[in-house]
Formats: sequence, structure tokens, C-alpha cells
Amino acid sequence: MIASLSLILLCQLIGEVIVRGLDLPMPGPVIGLILLLALLLARDRFAMLARGPLQGQSQGDGVESASRGLLAHLSLLFIPAGVGVVQKLDLLAEHGIAILLILVVSVVITLLVTAAAFLLASRLLAHGEDQP
Amino acid sequence: MSDNPFSLWVYLSQSPLLWLTVTLLTYAVADAVSLATHRHPLANPVLHSMWIIGAFLLLTKTSYTTYFGGAQFVHFLLGPATIALAVPLYENRKVVAAAILPMLVALVVGSVTAIVSVVLLSEAAGLPRAIILSLAPKSVTAGVAMGISESLHADPSLTAVSVVLTGIMGAIIVTPLMNRTGITDFRARGFAVGIAAHGIGTARAFQVDAVAGVFAGIAMSLNALVTSLLVPLAVTLLIH
Repeated sequence: MIASLSLILLCQLIGEVIVRGLDLPMPGPVIGLILLLALLLARDRFAMLARGPLQGQSQGDGVESASRGLLAHLSLLFIPAGVGVVQKLDLLAEHGIAILLILVVSVVITLLVTAAAFLLASRLLAHGEDQP
Repeated sequence: MSDNPFSLWVYLSQSPLLWLTVTLLTYAVADAVSLATHRHPLANPVLHSMWIIGAFLLLTKTSYTTYFGGAQFVHFLLGPATIALAVPLYENRKVVAAAILPMLVALVVGSVTAIVSVVLLSEAAGLPRAIILSLAPKSVTAGVAMGISESLHADPSLTAVSVVLTGIMGAIIVTPLMNRTGITDFRARGFAVGIAAHGIGTARAFQVDAVAGVFAGIAMSLNALVTSLLVPLAVTLLIH
């Protein structure tokens, strides 16, 4: 468990170092995600990597179960940021209704457009495969 | 200390212990209620935890900074949780590989839509420039959005609030909206909510369907990448 958490933190740390060091315009955890994914994929190729937190799914305390534990309550992690609303009450009194309406409309549009793009693209591609 | 309950309160209200406990306990109760209502969208645990804790802070005249002293331990885990998304991505690599092209198309289209729609609507509503900049990255996960907001010299704390509000709205709206429009493909539904409503949408997707959850998680992590590149561009093009 400790080794698995360390591995996750290490990926994040390396991600931050890369992002800050190279001045990349993206967040460190995203690089960390790519690193961990690469490690998991590399483990399937090279047996020597399959030890400790990367030993595989048969072991209960691998990085897989630590990650599942973190993701099981993903919404909890947003609460501290959300409670920050108490600092913004004066701003919300002035623009709150407009902001809420804008966010709702934007969310609905984004949901529909994204789902439609996904379905359209998968249909067009499936069609293309039928008639090569 | 026991002869003066007030001094006990003064001590506790300044310690991380109290606010960490309040955060976890409120969430545990809100989550139990959500479970008891069979995960009804309106019983969203983040929404209810947020207003209950917020009201408690206002009633006890506790500053957000003091609260955050305890809650930061939870907030910190947003970063490691982003790394952890590699695991569902890895475990579902076959499903993902099979749908890689539709995913990339939906990613670009959805990411652009999320940013452009909020910027144009805010401009039409005549909101001040500082607020528009703070709202622009609202569809990506909190840590990333706050970073983008900082680099634009906007208000990261307003961004964090708009991110959480967006996530809650997406999580509440997605199921009824998709049912009503007849979109039954859980890959598309999950991917859409991951793009529009990041981690809170992803948590909702996992409650509804495992495949939807995986696609939401992928969408959320890819969107973090794309949005951090797109927002600065969109801001220069769209805001005068």
C-alpha cells in the first residue's frame, strides 16, 4: 500500500519536475498519468518490472487497488474547492444568476455536442470499414 | 480548558483536525443519503456537502483559510487521483483502443465547445473580463483549471468554484438529458460527461455504468491535456 502510494506520488513528482523544468503549458499530474500508464503497459512486456507495486492484479496491495481506492471517492476531493464559494458570496450576489445560467447552458451544450460527435464519428468509421 | 467551552472551541476551530473531520463526516452522510435515494441525481453528495459546510462556516464565522487548513489534505489528493486514472485506462485498454478515433473526434469537438460556449455566453451577458477568464477552464478538473486560471492572471478561487458548480450540474443533468434525447451508448454518455463535468461527472458515470465511468475518466484526463492548451488560445481569439 505504501509502495503503491509512493509510486503514484513519484509519477506526480516527476510530472511536475518535467512540466516546470521544460516550461510546458500543461499540468504536472497529466504527465504523471501518462508515466503510470506507460509503466503498466511496459510491465506486460518486461517481466522484470512486475514487482512491488507493479506486481499485478493477483496481489491485493498493488498500484491498481491503491488507485481504485483513490477513485472510489473522487467527488469527495472536490469539496474543499467547492466550499470556497463562501469567499465569493459578494461576487455571486452581483453576477450569480448570470454565472449559474451560463454554466448550465454551457454544460448542456457540451454534453450534447460531445455525445453527438462521438456517435457520429463511430458511425462514420464503422460505415467506412464495411465498404473499404 | 473545560471550565470555558469557548476556549475549547477557539482551540479546535483553529486546528486542522476539526475541519478535516467536518469535511469527511459531511461527505459520508451526504453519500449515505445519495445511496439511500438509489443515487438520485439531485442527491449529489458534493452539492449537499458544499452548502452544509459553507453554512456551518458562515454560522461559526470561520474563515475559508482556516477551513482549508484542515481540508487541504483532501484537496491535495486531486493530484494523485489524476495519476490514478491511468489504472482504469490500462484495464480497459482494449475498449479504448477500439474506440480511439471517435474518442479523439469527440475530445476535440467537446473541449472546444466547452470553452467557446462559456466564453461567448459570458461576453453576451456582459460579465467583466476577469470573471470570463476565470470561467473559461471550468470543464477540467479543479487542480488543472486553477493552474490555467493562474497562468491567465484570473482568479483561481473563482475558477475552483465554477469548476465544482459545473461538475455538479453535469452530474445532475447528464442522466435525464441523455435518456430524453435517446442516447443509449454508454461510451458516448460517459465520454460526454467526462468532457463537460470532469471528476464529479466521472464519479456520477461510475454510479450509473462501469463502461460509462471508464470513458468519463478517459475523457476527463484527455480534456485536462487539451484544455490547458486551448484556453490560452481561445482567450486571445475570443475576448477583446
